[in-house]
Amino acid sequence: MDKELKILGIVAAFTLLLYWGVEPFAHSQMHKHVESDALQYSDLKPLSVKGDATAGEAKAAACAGCHSIDTKGMAAPMDAMASADAYGVNPPDLSIAGKVLDEKFLAHFMLNPAEVTKSKHFAMPPSASSEQDAADIAAYLKSIAPKEVSPKETYAFACGRCHANRYGKWTQLGDIPKTKSNIKTGVDLDAMAFQTNLGKYQNKLADYMGKLPPDLSIISRARSEHFLHTFIENPQSQLPGTAMPRVGLNGEGMDKVMEYLEETGDPSAPARAMAGPWVIGFFVIFTILAYLWKQSQWRDLH
Amino acid sequence: MAHFEKANSIGEWLDQRIGIETLKKVMQSEYWIPKNINFLWAMGMVLAATFGILLVSGIFLLMYYNPSVDLAFDSVNYTIMTEVGYGWLWRHVHGVGASLVFLIIYIHMFTGIYYGSYKRGRELIWLSGMLLFVLFSAEAFSGYMLPWGQMSYWAGMVITNLFSGGSLHADGFVEWIRGDYVPAQAFLSRFFMLHVLLMPLLIIGGIVFHFGTLRLPHVNNQDGEEVDFAESARLWKEGTTESRRESKVIPFSPVFLSKDVFVMGVYFILFFYLVFYHFEFAMDPVNFDPADGLKTPAHIYPEWYFLWSYEILRPFSTNLGLIAFAIAQVIFFTLPFMDRSPNVAPANRRGLFHFWFWAMLADMLVLTFMGKLPPEGIWSQIGLVAAITFFILWIALPIITKIEKKL
Repeated sequence: MDKELKILGIVAAFTLLLYWGVEPFAHSQMHKHVESDALQYSDLKPLSVKGDATAGEAKAAACAGCHSIDTKGMAAPMDAMASADAYGVNPPDLSIAGKVLDEKFLAHFMLNPAEVTKSKHFAMPPSASSEQDAADIAAYLKSIAPKEVSPKETYAFACGRCHANRYGKWTQLGDIPKTKSNIKTGVDLDAMAFQTNLGKYQNKLADYMGKLPPDLSIISRARSEHFLHTFIENPQSQLPGTAMPRVGLNGEGMDKVMEYLEETGDPSAPARAMAGPWVIGFFVIFTILAYLWKQSQWRDLH
Repeated sequence: MAHFEKANSIGEWLDQRIGIETLKKVMQSEYWIPKNINFLWAMGMVLAATFGILLVSGIFLLMYYNPSVDLAFDSVNYTIMTEVGYGWLWRHVHGVGASLVFLIIYIHMFTGIYYGSYKRGRELIWLSGMLLFVLFSAEAFSGYMLPWGQMSYWAGMVITNLFSGGSLHADGFVEWIRGDYVPAQAFLSRFFMLHVLLMPLLIIGGIVFHFGTLRLPHVNNQDGEEVDFAESARLWKEGTTESRRESKVIPFSPVFLSKDVFVMGVYFILFFYLVFYHFEFAMDPVNFDPADGLKTPAHIYPEWYFLWSYEILRPFSTNLGLIAFAIAQVIFFTLPFMDRSPNVAPANRRGLFHFWFWAMLADMLVLTFMGKLPPEGIWSQIGLVAAITFFILWIALPIITKIEKKL
């Protein structure tokens, strides 16, 4: 018995050493470590003025030249396709901008989008004439934001106009619409029309970004949580030269985006949590019974 | 026409026709196993059970997997993971099983090496076991192609490139293997066939052969002692407590099996802990990016169980590396003949061989670590030293075992 435990100890020690070498150690050496800024956007100066939401409401009218604010009943002047033709990408609806974006980031962003996003070819031009204006609009957007946002809404706003998520049935033009095919021919003209539009949009987007941004369905399995977190926080830190803009998510926005990526990337997590203890419990009982059987068989052998 | 009496039971009926009583004696009740063993002797049955799990989970996955370059990735990552009830469970069982089967194979191999269970009549056990190792390697590699992720594609590219033979530039041969200039549909279809049909068939045949080679020489024991199986069997069959204590053997079933099943139970607790709570180790993140022939991943490395031989390939120049790699693939086959000592005993009683055993184990561990790390700076130097050490150890083996004292 003692000898068996000693052998087990040696086997276990070598196995753990092997695991350590090929997993945690190898991965720590393979990827450069990027420290998170804890979403502080420390490179941006704190705002020297205080935003006034009421004043911001009037100033935000300028935004409506490109953006919609659904919750305020303000429609976009152009649809997604026309916007893609004009700018390369569809500008976001601003309903939840104040909820999921960092306020300081948002104000600086309006003053100089290309510099703040660290994306040289960013489509939006500087859109606030003073720090006060920018702070006011940011305060206004914060004041109209809903109390709750869903992970998917956050993804759609922050990522979803460039990144599809086919496992979440999401495209750059929104959810894949439910269509019906002609029962006699099997032809689904509506679906084909949607795909054509999507294709056109993606072509424009690829021209704008340099390549079609990747589908993020299972990016949460392909990259570590730390990588995604620091990459979204500042794309240049992980991938210098990337066209992806810094989007300026705040803590809540980041959590919601990560939650959505987890949902589509690892949909079996709840089922695993439920079934795991039962299966392992079964094998614990199995092992106890097997041990008793073994003891009864080996009792009088020595 | 042979003469048949009327049978009085199903057992008797079967016995008349296929000799089931004899079969039971040969395979179970009178298949003698030495008593002097530890849990490492259960690894064979643990392997058989793991192979069974891989087979069953593989059959379930096969029902939904789609071997087309356009659909393979999503059939694995979406259809099986989301739409198929418990598809995720079968996939994680299959992935974890594929990794653990190699862990147990290596434990099984090094147990054999430690206790000298490959010589004096047991050579074929070792050779058939090594054959299984090669077959399992081919099975694992072909299976790794199927999700058609980035690592599938690029590992397929790198490994098939090896067949160009370095300076021989046998590029036509590589294209012949791939069925295309690059890994594409023909490549995927072929590896799909290998993974789900040819390799499993050969493995099943190999397992039967491996069991067969074991039956006459019998299993070794902890002291490498030569057991008088006939005398011990007689004592066991006498059936008294006294004689059974005196006997050095136990029947495979139920006595040996009861211990096997207990060890399997412990193993399955670990197995399913990994399946439910720690499956990521068996599924490389890089392979969750779909295959893209225009985007080479920053690091290309095989699964952990191939790393040591991969590292023997890497530190040398192309041609030398290929030769070293080819030798490393088959060198373990030669163990029964390279070991010149007649001693069948645990390594700790065999002088220099004891050192050889641990040096080989440590060296393969170092090679494994270096095989995954980027081949830069100090890592490639350590890799080179470890690869050279590997060959020095093999060259030294016949010498140190020749001068080994006879026990």
